Amino acid sequence: MYTSLKDTMNKKERLAGGHRMCAGCGGTVAVRNVLRGLHDEDHAVIGSATSCLEVSTFMYPYTAWQDSFIHNAFENAAATISGVEAAYNVMKRKGKIDDTYKFIAFGGDGGTYDIGFQSLSGAMERNHDMVYVCYDNGAYMNTGIQRSSATPRFADTTTTPVGSDSNGKLQGRKDLTQVMAAHHIPYVAQTTFIKNFSDLHKKAEKAIYTPGAAFLNVMAPCPRGWRYPAQDLMKICNLAVETCYWPLFEVENGKWTLNYKPKNKLPIEDFIKPQGRFKHLFKKGNEDLIAQFQQEVDERWEQLLRLCEE
Amino acid sequence: MAIRERLSGNEAVAIAMRQINPDVMPAFPITPSTEIPQYFSSFVANGKVDTEFVPVESEHSAMSAAIGASAAGARTLTATSSCGMALMWEELYVAASNRLPIALALVNRALSGPININADHSDSMGARDSGWIQIYSENNQEAYDNFVQAFRIAEHKDVQLPIMICQDGFITSHAVENINLLEDEEVKNFVGEHDPENFLLNSKTSMAVGAYATPAFYMEAKKAQSEAMKNAKQVILDVAKEFKALSGREYGLFETYKLEDAECAIVIINSAAGTAKDAVDNLRAQGKKVGLLKIRVFRPFPAEEIAEALKHCKAVAVMDRSDSFNAHGGPVCAEVKSALYGLDKKPLVVNYIYGLGGRDVKVENIEEVYAALEEIAAAGKVEDDYRYLSVRA
Repeated sequence: MYTSLKDTMNKKERLAGGHRMCAGCGGTVAVRNVLRGLHDEDHAVIGSATSCLEVSTFMYPYTAWQDSFIHNAFENAAATISGVEAAYNVMKRKGKIDDTYKFIAFGGDGGTYDIGFQSLSGAMERNHDMVYVCYDNGAYMNTGIQRSSATPRFADTTTTPVGSDSNGKLQGRKDLTQVMAAHHIPYVAQTTFIKNFSDLHKKAEKAIYTPGAAFLNVMAPCPRGWRYPAQDLMKICNLAVETCYWPLFEVENGKWTLNYKPKNKLPIEDFIKPQGRFKHLFKKGNEDLIAQFQQEVDERWEQLLRLCEE
Repeated sequence: MAIRERLSGNEAVAIAMRQINPDVMPAFPITPSTEIPQYFSSFVANGKVDTEFVPVESEHSAMSAAIGASAAGARTLTATSSCGMALMWEELYVAASNRLPIALALVNRALSGPININADHSDSMGARDSGWIQIYSENNQEAYDNFVQAFRIAEHKDVQLPIMICQDGFITSHAVENINLLEDEEVKNFVGEHDPENFLLNSKTSMAVGAYATPAFYMEAKKAQSEAMKNAKQVILDVAKEFKALSGREYGLFETYKLEDAECAIVIINSAAGTAKDAVDNLRAQGKKVGLLKIRVFRPFPAEEIAEALKHCKAVAVMDRSDSFNAHGGPVCAEVKSALYGLDKKPLVVNYIYGLGGRDVKVENIEEVYAALEEIAAAGKVEDDYRYLSVRA
């Protein structure tokens, strides 16, 4: 059970250093801290969609993973881990395995919101005893910052480039956490890196140890794609939460809970201004675009408050 | 003791699966293989097997889950057809490169389009370079027997490759025939326990599967697959020998029918071989020297053995139940021609594309092919070596 930051940080590291992820990568921070939700005595089989995470942590003949690990393809981390979990159930039943194993699949937003969406939905509906963790950095970063359905409105990406006739992505982002809640699985939560990480650590443990399917959506900024200084990771995450762009909430057996409510909701400018991908929004004459962005954030926040009965 | 039964090809394969009692079966329905997971689900529902049946949401996920389960250490199988196999495509290669001994019951059906639910081999022939062992079945008995042998081949330490056992959609999958089944215990003992050397759920040591291989390593992985596929040939023969001792039924890399002294021969795969044997009998009764070679093992391809078996023929028709759309012949013909290339004296070869999308193949159609072979043999040359059989002009 979660006790303190100190105890959590003293747990054994399950993702070894020396992998090839970028300095300041939110994905790595997400993975290491989700894995801290595992109890030391338990084994895990970790899956990963094809992603920065996969190609940087398991380049033959080296692996950074202390636990058993499987990468299959881009769109099927959920189905793959569901097969591992099925194998565990039958092998345990037949007495071929004694130890306790937990099952965690990681995917970026491309592998989760988009190409892996069907595989994810299927595995969650079948209620395998597994956790699917999306490290959401809001674009296909591995292939070079192309838009995904998790990319926020107006972001400048390499497939929604800002130009004379374009202000970046035209559409708002898909709210996947809500979509997963609509699967009525035992546990769904959204989090990011805030303060002492207790929100993430607690949710990871809950997700891993709740019997049945669980989904965790972790906003994991990418300094390359979002174009902010790598050392500002915690500042960016804090602003995402304080502006209500990325609210912290969880849905346990259908009960919605808001985990943090800012005392003073900050304007969306505070979150987007430090990021190069939104630079064009601050050009003279684009004030209405920021107003549109703000309106979207407000509407989604109000809806969430209603769901959480706040 | 053999059990005499009357079963469809799908039911026969489902019974083989029950007798094997695999650990995991992920599956998604598609005509004409749907009955296999249906029968199997009823075995699960009635406690006849210990298997975890995973009713996935697509064939892509069926093969993805099969890869996860097999890598985890579970004996794993699935079934599909046609577009289902096409949707698995990417995963077929991953299963083979990860050296996972998954067994797949493939009920051959034409690929779309136009959409069609009947037999041809475009699905498995399309997957011929995916790194899977491919074994074909003329009838229900062969589909059953081949499936019983599947895991012994796939799991062999010199092989460790996935295997697909193919039979023709509807023609054998749905037609009910007399069949001899083995006792449950006989199958259980023949197949044995699955005891992988490395697996994800080995608590003594962790394992990582599915590495990113740079150009410095990718090619070695492929060479290892190539070696394993070469090894599979002998293993298939060894397993067949043991199977014969158990069942009395003999299997090789291919079957020859009245081929030894034949001047004209056809090479064929799956159910139409039965029809062709009837044609051979009719023509033999007329004194014609005709014969047949039915390929059982297409991957690995028994090139030298086929060349040896055909070398005395004057003319050979290779029958393809799918087209390569290369404007000069189907995939089986390409393989057979390439096998014959090293011979000093080669038979003349003509290719027939036949039976696409379930187009009926009658005895008289095959007799037409033999008549054409007679002309080719007499002329000493082939005018048009890429032909379609029984098609409107």
